[in-house]
Amino acid sequence: MNFRAFEENLFKLFMVVSLILVMGSLLLVFAIVIYKGASALSIEMITQVPQGGYYLGKGGGILNAIIGSLYLAGGAIVLATVVSLPVAWYMNQFTGRSRYVSILRDILDVACGIPSLIYGAFVFLIIIGLSQRTSLFWGIITVALFIAPILIRAMDEVMQTVSHRLKEASYALGATEMETLFHVVTRQALPGIITAIILAFGRGIGDAAAVLFTAGYTDSIPTSLSDPVATLPLAIFFQLSAPFPEVQARAYASSIILLVIVLLLSIISRMISKKTARYVIK
Amino acid sequence: METHIEIRNYNLSIDGKEILKNITLEIPKNQITAIIGPSGCGKSTLLRSMNRMNDLVEGLKYTGTIKIDGNNILNKDQDVISLRRMTGMISQTPNPLPMSIFDNVIYGPKIHGLKDKKAMSQIVEQCLTRVGLWNEVADRLSDPASKLSLGQQQRLCLARSLANEPEVLLCDETTSALDPISAKIIEKELIELKKDYTILFVTHILRQAKRLADHVVFLYFGEVIEAGPAEEVFVHPKDPRTQQYLEGVFG
Repeated sequence: MNFRAFEENLFKLFMVVSLILVMGSLLLVFAIVIYKGASALSIEMITQVPQGGYYLGKGGGILNAIIGSLYLAGGAIVLATVVSLPVAWYMNQFTGRSRYVSILRDILDVACGIPSLIYGAFVFLIIIGLSQRTSLFWGIITVALFIAPILIRAMDEVMQTVSHRLKEASYALGATEMETLFHVVTRQALPGIITAIILAFGRGIGDAAAVLFTAGYTDSIPTSLSDPVATLPLAIFFQLSAPFPEVQARAYASSIILLVIVLLLSIISRMISKKTARYVIK
Repeated sequence: METHIEIRNYNLSIDGKEILKNITLEIPKNQITAIIGPSGCGKSTLLRSMNRMNDLVEGLKYTGTIKIDGNNILNKDQDVISLRRMTGMISQTPNPLPMSIFDNVIYGPKIHGLKDKKAMSQIVEQCLTRVGLWNEVADRLSDPASKLSLGQQQRLCLARSLANEPEVLLCDETTSALDPISAKIIEKELIELKKDYTILFVTHILRQAKRLADHVVFLYFGEVIEAGPAEEVFVHPKDPRTQQYLEGVFG
């Protein structure tokens, strides 16, 4: 066999092995979660809040955590998007600030690497400093703070791919920078921006550490921003640390619920993304 | 013959590198002026000076004057938005915007404040008819512009410029990315359009310049070597460098 053919086969083998490793471990995680949790999954789990002694094996569900997580991640993604989009716009203006922007990108990349726990600790200090209580509000602030850098960089990356020629076409027609960013850059980047938002939402809803010190925990559904709020990751954590096998099984069942939420989200985002991609210039 | 654009002692450099040297030119109204010359001689830069698109380049410096209708557009207080509205640019490769055919044509008038839906439809129909695209797209105006063929896209870009009601059309090798048939269609339309617009056409294809131009400017290493009526420059070039270029000694 000649060397180039050998090289080609070796390379193919390398790709397949990597694929099997990655997909295999992912499927294994799913399989274990489903295997351990399926039996504990019930309608009660998603329709009821925990009853007294839930963590000791008594009845109830985790509706408090499902709703809590949706409130929290939903609030955080709205807040984070509202601040991130203008920053991404700023970074993609047609101005002579390219040096500052590249420094800004470096800083944001570092911010993306900071563990969410640190953001939680930071907001916790603020909460204490202002003598506030942990609540949905502070949870939203923390999660928004921790997903904003991810969101900004993801939006920035898609906006950077918008071709120079498109922007020029808009300027040549007499559009201002704002109009160009708004009507051309954002429109062209929209499918990518939507994907970025959904991915960031997934990060936010799945994170336990950010909300550990900031959002509190409660068995009831919050009725205002100043109420403490339960989240799915923390619900999983508490159930998993209970010494009863039936409560631990519920932790896995809760994980299935979290996985389904994330799965649904990515399906929805794909659908929206595809729709908005209709007008994109390839 | 009326002069529309008057360039005097125009110098342009980017990061200290001289791109255009002491350009002095008169561009006649309602004619096609072809700017010819080898690649890298500054043709596009000269063209992009007329709508101040060069302003987007970092490290740019220029001196001199460019007067359109007697008004120096290089003035610091020149409103570039109205300047760009007055000078339509059609680039080398078609660059439709990420929106529908209709929205592409109406983009200019819309950002300049047009709100009346009926007027919009009128403008779109007029401009698309003017570039011979109306019959091809009338039943699918809400389709993405990217679905059109390259030749159609370029005509759409031309229609989009016309919708702004410009006085000057700046064509930067406008047909070079198109197939010969589409290129011919665009050329024909430009000849049609010159009765209403002053057209500058950058090209490095001599035969095209001969087909289109009433007036020719030969640019070489950032300098105007020769400028004048097409038949004069093509048939009796005065400068030996023009002669050599026309004979294909360098290209």
